[in-house]
Amino acid sequence: MEKRYLKNENMLSREENMSLRGKKVIVVGCGGLGGHIIEQLARLGVGHITAIDGDVFDESNLNRQLLSNVENIGKSKALTAKEHIEKVNPDVEVNAIQVFLDESNAEDLIKGHDVICDALDNLSTRMLLQKYAEKLNIPMVYGAIAGWYGQVTTIFPGDNIIGSIYHGSNKGIEQELGNPSFTPALVASIEVSEVVKILTGKGQLLRNRFLMINLLDQEYEVFDL
Amino acid sequence: MQIKVRLFATLREGRGKELIMDLEPGLNPQLVIDLLQIKRDEVAILLVNGMDGKFDQQLKDGDTVSIFPPVGGG
Repeated sequence: MEKRYLKNENMLSREENMSLRGKKVIVVGCGGLGGHIIEQLARLGVGHITAIDGDVFDESNLNRQLLSNVENIGKSKALTAKEHIEKVNPDVEVNAIQVFLDESNAEDLIKGHDVICDALDNLSTRMLLQKYAEKLNIPMVYGAIAGWYGQVTTIFPGDNIIGSIYHGSNKGIEQELGNPSFTPALVASIEVSEVVKILTGKGQLLRNRFLMINLLDQEYEVFDL
Repeated sequence: MQIKVRLFATLREGRGKELIMDLEPGLNPQLVIDLLQIKRDEVAILLVNGMDGKFDQQLKDGDTVSIFPPVGGG
């Protein structure tokens, strides 16, 4: 075992750690959530990460998007993720794809992965992601943020959580609240913990459970659905 | 009948976290959100007793209605 993974070995067995090298995770969105998710997956040693984002960094991303800095404004978020991870963990292969996920490309982009990680910024694309996750029989970790607030759930094929409990609006209260540095980091971390548990079969998932986070009042509540 | 309303995130502003409401029997969550001056598009998730609820379902004494605004960012 390489020294780089030494600190992962007491919570995941050596076999579990090694198994991550053979796993493929797709992260859809390389912004606030996606930057943290990709960084954490790479440091865990998840062997193959597909990073999807058609967008480029903007100055307004600097307050929260881990991969953004003053030198890469205007540069592809997905390609930046790849270049960054090459420096963090060369064991990890990052396939950077500079597109927005839509009906025409979703199936091709998603197929072949072990887990889908949602780091999108709108509900309609999340619905699309859930639809193709279901069709291709791939579990998906959902995460959404707005200001002080966050949500996480883990969706297996057939669960149809988004369609069954979510009503209306494509965008949410983040339109008024924006997003700070800390909420994406927290929600991304929880999403990655779910990905690791799916990949290793450990622990209890947020499946059919919805975690609601309120950092303003410091409340964390899990609803059984 | 008496119901408990739990509000989440920004819906708490000016309304509070948890409210007890006295209503005529048989009224529904749509009336609750109307009384609280919450617009329909401000409600993304509606739970009645922790389960997915319908805007037009009849409420009964002791029910808990939980209302969440849409959260969509990433």
